[in-house]
Amino acid sequence: MPEPVSSRRRLLTGLTGRPGRGQVIGAVLVALLGFAATVQIRLTHSNDAFAGQGRQDLVVLLDSLSGATERVQQQLNDLQSTKAELQSASHRRSAAIADERERLSTLGILAGTLGAVGPGVTITISDPTQSVTAATILNGIEELRDAGAEAIEIDNSARVVASTAITQSGQTIKVDGKSVSSPYVIDAIGSAHTLSEAVVFPGGLSDEVTSLGGQVAVQEKPTLKITALHTAKPPQYAHSTGP
Amino acid sequence: MIAAFGLVVGIVVGLFFEPSVPASLQPYLPIAVVAALDAVFGGLRAYLDGIFDDKVFVVSFVSNVLIAALIVYLGDQLGVGGQLSTGVIVVLGIRIFSNVAAIRRHIFHA
Repeated sequence: MPEPVSSRRRLLTGLTGRPGRGQVIGAVLVALLGFAATVQIRLTHSNDAFAGQGRQDLVVLLDSLSGATERVQQQLNDLQSTKAELQSASHRRSAAIADERERLSTLGILAGTLGAVGPGVTITISDPTQSVTAATILNGIEELRDAGAEAIEIDNSARVVASTAITQSGQTIKVDGKSVSSPYVIDAIGSAHTLSEAVVFPGGLSDEVTSLGGQVAVQEKPTLKITALHTAKPPQYAHSTGP
Repeated sequence: MIAAFGLVVGIVVGLFFEPSVPASLQPYLPIAVVAALDAVFGGLRAYLDGIFDDKVFVVSFVSNVLIAALIVYLGDQLGVGGQLSTGVIVVLGIRIFSNVAAIRRHIFHA
């Protein structure tokens, strides 16, 4: 078979021999091919991944992208409205909590289960002749209440609340069962001036105690602390009829 | 020899000049490259067969490129550009494979 040998030889002479006109044109075209191929490869690699794709593919891609964007936007809106909802709920909650705290402190001061601080008066009743009675003390407390006292304690130990009883057995005066002795010190929180007026007005507590042989000293204080607490018991017989 | 040299020169020029392809030509370049590749392998086969003719090579090269570009253009206009491009690539690929097989037979007798 001579043909394969000749074809090999032709390849050899083509590679080594003097090029003819046809080879030059072929070289130019092949150079063009190499150039175009390089440019295309470069384009495919350097440009974004979409450069070589057909128009339809790009349209489909764009469609799916805009669909995805819409879905994500929808999700974003949902989450934002949820966030707003939760925020307003938490606002309402904290407002309710603040409200309840305020109620709690108001009720605590009224019921005597919380300490109280504020302007007020300290009334010291000294009774060397032991002639001051529970009724006198009670009168004084009523005068203080009338003058707007918001929290009252006696001898730093007994808180005076709505259910407080002031009793007397022999010479001993008891406030809710606790013995208090002369000098009786009554602390009251309220308008300091009004409270002191309520004690010293003619025919009031001051005059009454003086006529019994004792002495009343009233001291107005810008801040007074009441620390005695009353232990509140749940009512046994009374039931709430609702607000 | 000079053809291989031409190929190298073309690649080097393409690498160094980094020309930007006009947008209107971008869809046709890849398929034109494949068509030219087919023409080049066909030419190499003809050369080894001893029937290489430069006129035939030039005409087949140019017509291959033009027809490939025309088919892609037509496909784009008809809205079947992607499918038609795939078809052209498949046909050219088969031709390249058969040409390369013939060349291989010539060189390696296998």
